[in-house]
Amino acid sequence: MKLLIVEDEIKTGEYLKQGLSEAGFGVDLVHNGLDGHHQAMTEHYDLIILDVMLPDVDGWRILKSLRQAGKEVPVLFLTARDSVDDRVKGLELGADDYLVKPFVFAELLARVRTLLRRGSTPTTELILRVADLELDLARRRVSRSGQRINLTAKEFALLELLVRRQGEVLPRSLIASQVWDMNFDSDTNVIDVAIRRLRAKVDDNFDPKLIHTVRGMGYMIDTSDGASS
Amino acid sequence: MSRPTSLTLRLTLLFSAVATVVFLAFGWIIGRSIEAHFAAEDSKELKVTARAVEQSLATLKSHDSLARVEQRFDDLLVGHHSALLQIIDASGVEFYTSPGPNFSALLPTTESLALGEVQSWSNAHHNYRVLIQRMAENAPTGRGPYTVFIAVATDYHLHFLEQFRRTLWLMVICGIAVMGLMGWIAVRHGHKPLHQMVDQISRISSHELNTRLDPDSVPVELTELAMSFNELLQRMEEAFNRLSNFSADIAHELRTPITNLMTQTQVSLSQTRSAEVYREILYSNMEEYERMAQMISDMLFLAKADNGQQPPNIETINLNNEVHNLFEYYEVWAEEHRVTLALEGDAQVQGDRLMLRRALSNLLSNAIRHTPADSSVKVKISRTENEITITLQNPGTPISVEHLSKLFDRFYRPDPSRQRSGDGAGLGLAIVKSIVEAHGGKIVVSSDETYTQFQINLPVSQ
Repeated sequence: MKLLIVEDEIKTGEYLKQGLSEAGFGVDLVHNGLDGHHQAMTEHYDLIILDVMLPDVDGWRILKSLRQAGKEVPVLFLTARDSVDDRVKGLELGADDYLVKPFVFAELLARVRTLLRRGSTPTTELILRVADLELDLARRRVSRSGQRINLTAKEFALLELLVRRQGEVLPRSLIASQVWDMNFDSDTNVIDVAIRRLRAKVDDNFDPKLIHTVRGMGYMIDTSDGASS
Repeated sequence: MSRPTSLTLRLTLLFSAVATVVFLAFGWIIGRSIEAHFAAEDSKELKVTARAVEQSLATLKSHDSLARVEQRFDDLLVGHHSALLQIIDASGVEFYTSPGPNFSALLPTTESLALGEVQSWSNAHHNYRVLIQRMAENAPTGRGPYTVFIAVATDYHLHFLEQFRRTLWLMVICGIAVMGLMGWIAVRHGHKPLHQMVDQISRISSHELNTRLDPDSVPVELTELAMSFNELLQRMEEAFNRLSNFSADIAHELRTPITNLMTQTQVSLSQTRSAEVYREILYSNMEEYERMAQMISDMLFLAKADNGQQPPNIETINLNNEVHNLFEYYEVWAEEHRVTLALEGDAQVQGDRLMLRRALSNLLSNAIRHTPADSSVKVKISRTENEITITLQNPGTPISVEHLSKLFDRFYRPDPSRQRSGDGAGLGLAIVKSIVEAHGGKIVVSSDETYTQFQINLPVSQ
């Protein structure tokens, strides 16, 4: 998977590149709109991360030329101005998603993965499995090692989200928005409590532990022992 | 649109126009009344003369000599200067014609004038008022009835009137000019308080927004202007103060976490430490950063709400559903606090779903946080004809009045010790208030020994 980052802020660009590279993506980074425009038009990328405010050729123009040239590569734009107009403009021009600065890196990573997954065929399986954990989507049933686990509707939704995106760190804000449709940050630790409860049911009496806390970033389900918990 | 004509010019023109109308009306009335007066005088004289003539005719003897008759009528006319008399007998013979200028030619024929009425008549040279009467049918002379023409020349009167009118016109023109000038001066003078006000206003700078115009020191007509201007100043001052306090608060609020970050980073860099310790430091920094980011986005939200930059995205919202969803979200967290959530009532409201959800969420988390264990937070939704009321009630330590009034202020935390205990930046309730106000509603808080209650009133039509 190859990504292009167009970001004029040197530090931000470098850190994004490092973060995404470490997450396993091939990353090209350019620091101005002109280069960005050139790269985007000539090279093939799976996703482009575009800063809107660039000194020369701004993000909107790059996005416009891309779409005019018929390139359907997903574009995620970054903006420091959280105005509705900006968002609408970006989405109208054909951007696929946006993030307002400052953002949590985990959130960016999660969005990038979502966008990259968008093109691929959705999973039609009715049963999701992680290690010995099994989710029957049709009957809304969960079992582990063949043992039935009773979950509330929201717990099920939470577990389903984690399982569907196993191996990915999901930030709290993403979990809140996907499971409870709460699209703003709450100053409470609701998500932590919910995860703790889910853990008590899914992980406490079993091994290996599946739900991992990634400190400062969020939660993930992973079978590898490498993840910190 | 072109600039409207200057007030001074407008008022001056208005004054002049009014003066013109008034003077003209006066002139006309005076002219008319003088004319009428003359006419009355003339006709009185004519009638008196006619009576005298009639008497004379009645006493004339048939044998009186012509000279005697003439003498008689000449005498009669002496007292009535400029009166003319002609008497014609029944057979059409001139009986008497008064002396003077070519008199007989001047007098009218009977056909053109009616009998018994005073009438105006003029020939090429003169103007007259004429009375024609038939009288003395049974006169002793036996030549009756006589047709008597009595006339007075009105040239003198007409001349006088003409003179008078000329003077009047001159006076009218002068009067208009004087009125116009005086009007102009009066208007200029009348505008003085306005100029003074302008002077006063132009001296107000951003440092003196507490200056107020004294509504009692200006003319009554300007009181309202002064008062509205004062209100404008009031609003500006409030906004200005809020803005400067806000900036100060932001600076202060940011200084604390940045100091923490700097100190911590410097201290940790002062020695070599284990990777584990560095990791801890980064995690701790991370939390601080997240708090700052949260604060910045909250502040932006408020700044935009203040500028009215957030037009609510209006849709119909089922409040019961919304609160129910929030209950689902906070359920586990409330259970941790051993707090139960209760909801009753329902209403539809027109509003921005995300904003209202955020407001209710802030209130709810705030309530849960301050509710003692084993009690419950109650949300009630009700509606009257034109208002929707949402109340959030929770038992807890009463909040004192001085804190209550400031609860919705930005960065206000009733309990300073709880400053940085994950209670947010103290913007939660300010956000609630600005959202409610963006929906044209009101929020009040009350607190007593048993409950703390937030009440939101939203207009139905919104």
